[in-house]
Amino acid sequence: MAEKLMKYADATKKYDVVFGLETHVELCTKTKLFCPAEVHFGGEPNTQLTPVSLGLPGSLPVVNKTAVDYAIKLGLALHCEIAEWSQFARKNYFYPDMPRDYQISQYDKPTNGNGYLDVELEDGTVFRVPIERAHIEDDAGKNTHVGGADGRIEGADHSLVDYNRAGVPLIEIVTKPIEGAGDRAPEIAGAYMRAIRDIVRALGISHARMEQGNMRADVNVSLRPSADAPYGTRSETKNVNSFRGIEKTIQYEIRRQAARLDEGKEILQETRHWDEATQTTAGGRVKSDADDYRYFPDPDLVMLHITKEHIAEIEAQMPEMPRERRNRLKAEWGLSDLQMRDILNADALDLIEDTVKAGASAAGARKWWLGELSREANNKGVSLEELPVTPADVAEVEKLIADGKLNDKLAKQTVAGVLAGEGTPDEVVAKHGYKIVEDTGAIEAAVDAAFEANPDVVEKLKSGNMKPMGVIIGAVMKATRGQADAKAVTKIVMSKIK
Amino acid sequence: MPTFTREEIEHLGDLARIALTDEEITRLQGELNVIADSINKVQEVASDDVKPTANPIPLEAYLRPDVPETPLTQAEALAGGPKTEAGMFVAPRILGSEE
Amino acid sequence: MTNEIVKLSAAEMAAKVKSGEVSSRELVDAHLEVIEAAEPSIKAFLKVSGDVAREQADAFDAKSADEKAQLPELAGVPIAIKDMIVTKGIETTAASKILEGWVPPYDATVIEKLKAAGMPILGKTNLDEFAQGSSTEHSAYQTTHNPWDTERVPGGSGGGSASAVAAFEAPLALGTDTGGSIRQPGALTGTVGVKPTYGGVSRFGAIAMASSLDQIGPVTRTVLDSALLQEVIGGHDRRDSTSIPEGPRPMVAAAREGAKRDLKGMKVGLVKELGGEGFQPGVQARFDEAVKKLEEMGAEVVEVSCPHFEYSLGAYYIIMPSEVSSNLARYDGMRYGLRVMPPAGVPQTAANMMAYTREAGFGDEVKRRIILGTYALSAGYYDAWYGSAQKVRTLIIQDFKNAFEKADVLVSPTSPSTAFKFGEKMDDPLAMYMNDIATIPANLAGVPAMSIPAGLSDDGLPVGFQFIAPQQRDEVMYKPAAALEAALEEDWGGPIWQSMNTPWLNAAE
Repeated sequence: MAEKLMKYADATKKYDVVFGLETHVELCTKTKLFCPAEVHFGGEPNTQLTPVSLGLPGSLPVVNKTAVDYAIKLGLALHCEIAEWSQFARKNYFYPDMPRDYQISQYDKPTNGNGYLDVELEDGTVFRVPIERAHIEDDAGKNTHVGGADGRIEGADHSLVDYNRAGVPLIEIVTKPIEGAGDRAPEIAGAYMRAIRDIVRALGISHARMEQGNMRADVNVSLRPSADAPYGTRSETKNVNSFRGIEKTIQYEIRRQAARLDEGKEILQETRHWDEATQTTAGGRVKSDADDYRYFPDPDLVMLHITKEHIAEIEAQMPEMPRERRNRLKAEWGLSDLQMRDILNADALDLIEDTVKAGASAAGARKWWLGELSREANNKGVSLEELPVTPADVAEVEKLIADGKLNDKLAKQTVAGVLAGEGTPDEVVAKHGYKIVEDTGAIEAAVDAAFEANPDVVEKLKSGNMKPMGVIIGAVMKATRGQADAKAVTKIVMSKIK
Repeated sequence: MPTFTREEIEHLGDLARIALTDEEITRLQGELNVIADSINKVQEVASDDVKPTANPIPLEAYLRPDVPETPLTQAEALAGGPKTEAGMFVAPRILGSEE
Repeated sequence: MTNEIVKLSAAEMAAKVKSGEVSSRELVDAHLEVIEAAEPSIKAFLKVSGDVAREQADAFDAKSADEKAQLPELAGVPIAIKDMIVTKGIETTAASKILEGWVPPYDATVIEKLKAAGMPILGKTNLDEFAQGSSTEHSAYQTTHNPWDTERVPGGSGGGSASAVAAFEAPLALGTDTGGSIRQPGALTGTVGVKPTYGGVSRFGAIAMASSLDQIGPVTRTVLDSALLQEVIGGHDRRDSTSIPEGPRPMVAAAREGAKRDLKGMKVGLVKELGGEGFQPGVQARFDEAVKKLEEMGAEVVEVSCPHFEYSLGAYYIIMPSEVSSNLARYDGMRYGLRVMPPAGVPQTAANMMAYTREAGFGDEVKRRIILGTYALSAGYYDAWYGSAQKVRTLIIQDFKNAFEKADVLVSPTSPSTAFKFGEKMDDPLAMYMNDIATIPANLAGVPAMSIPAGLSDDGLPVGFQFIAPQQRDEVMYKPAAALEAALEEDWGGPIWQSMNTPWLNAAE
């Protein structure tokens, strides 16, 4: 049954939008939150477990210091108040992928509370997103559904459970209800999520790859007749795992809820799911007293004490935050807003910065990553980072050009060699014997040969018609395997037809 | 003053994932009401000015260094499993709404 | 020969091992012989690990004199383990059907320590299912009998460990004490049982019942043996976040000091609220006589009042089931133990599998507590129940603090009654819960406490005498306990077990 939708522009004109995001970020600690099982992506199922993360009888949790340090880092980046005393609680519910059938999560005493994040929109507007809390909790295992269509849970016959992910540390960042966004709510949500991703990457606390599930969000949306009315009933769309999905979920929910409200229907307080295939959200489970998680302080864990000294120690290690960094680099590289946005959209900021650090000019680095290499990545359907070429390689090629050892054409061939796995630029150049031919004798001989082969062209050139010059240059290039400098060739041709 | 109704015991059985039988529900109803009466009096002295105690010994958390230790082998992890397949534990059909 | 060896205290056995008079292997064999003879009437063990014990004993005997000298005093002396404690390679069930056949892939910290100390493991002892009960009748497998009268219960939940030690099947055992599960069986079987300070002994590998109350402790026939054992198993463990970051207290020295029977300068606090009404007259009489003994040895006896103790049973029966309901959630038929699929006609889903597994795998008492705890934590009742109980806990801790300003050590009868008959309290949970009235406050406050035999009641059954010391001062109770033990044994002309009939020992001869 397709839901009725109101036009987006009408919906946002008629109703005031309130939304909120609960973002789960998986931390990239070496071991799990409560036990020393090593964590890595992939790997054989059920091989990253200790008695603790398998929930064996008698096992007990012990907090990972690095996870706490990472939480403090994020708290500082989000301008949170960091609690001197925080506490882990048990959230009790049964599910096959939960080894203890309770999740250990901070509840009424989280480590980070009451912060904010300023996010920058496309047009340069800065919007302040208020943060309620950022608390530490552990992840569950993974179910693989067998016997149904496309591995979906519906219609599956049974499920296979791998507990490797169980116990991996997460931070859940919960915003306060975000008001005043109006029709820009989806855009703000997207910008906020990207900003969180950039921050956790800059802090080095998460890989933040949405496609690997390192980052996912629950999206809450409600509408009300006007900004001074009480909040309407909200829907909660769970586990949305792409930036576009989050934007579209909000857009869809605004349209769906507006249509319902217009018809005088109530909004159910329910959990929904974003369906990428249909670009809609589907109703899930209505919230009820079955959601009685019976939280209580975990008696296996004692209070977490974070001293001022501990915070100061972490504060001293804080890197520059992404927004400040972007503004600084834009100025240093002399870029326009548009040029900077292109770099960000291509996800090339780190790569270009590293290339510049390795000795290239900003213009040169930008030209490679946004030009040749972006095309290559597009063709292969991979990200720039995944290409088998490093910023150091690009800087090396740039240096060879600057030193006059390669021309544009040879440089492109060299990079192609690097991409083909032939080694570093120096190795590729050596392997193919790429070099600009400076020996004018060799060029002259090639020009003579080209003249001989193309007498008609020579006639035209001599009569002042320079159009077919390319034919001669092409022949010379071919003869010298591209190593001649085109300018040098032109010069010799000109001298010979005089 | 709580009194346990039949429905309440059934609901608690659902929350606790125990398929209680009818006889058990009847018996528990009687027993729990007696027990509840006797323990209700904790509320008499639990005034607002008294702080709760979660752990009897006031300690602060020891924070473990982030250093890996030898994990269980897959065979050890699976050894106790009532049903396993392809290195994983088998769960009967999971209803999406259980999440 | 067997009879003579097994009746020694663990300290005496250790001395003979040290002098080379007996080997660890001989100790193990002697006890296995008694186990074989006693088990048909006592049923203390769920599993006897004879081969493992012999292997461990042989490994110890093969060590050089230098290596042996590095080990604790009890090295080479065998021990029985309550089946609530995880043992690598030895089936561990918590006396529940839901864990039947589970062979753990790891050892509890206390087991690692016993192994490192060269102490062979004789087997796993019976208990009330998941340590929930006060008579060991709630075991899913068997009923353990009290060696003093096999028609009667040995107390619980650690009835198996207490009976094994009382019946000379083991010189030492480990128990777990959440509301009295070491001390009350100690009282009912005429043995010594100690609940250390919460956090004094690592809980890593102790199957959780109520995490904020559980504590592993010694079960022995003498006070000195408990001190020796507690020093072996105690100390900080980084795998247990509630473990106190300090080494064990000097308990052995305190016990040896106590044997001199000089208590001058010590103030003993008589807890007004623990005794009198509701306590069997014979229990009260033995207790009063023992208090006189303490006075005769120079102790000053003062009365102390702990006004909030009357709320302790209520607080306990909220906190304990709440934690039980969460700790026992993991037994869901997914990773270990029992799985029961729903009957035909019921959807064959994961949720139903869990519900039918738990229905079939847990006994009545466990289910009762899980349901009660689920209620106490549920939305709308948390503050009134769990929250209030945690506040009562604060008040009880304060009562103890006040009492310890007036006295060095507190005393009370351990249990209101002597051993009762099978079935006597099974249909009345509340009456069963009253068994723990005197032992529960120590668990709520995390303070150490121990029970030692105070003689026999008019019914000829043992009576327990409880000492309670301040947090992290376990040694404080060992001194008067050892003194009282020595004084009473002088009166009796030997240990209390001289009055016990032990037909199985004749059979083992």
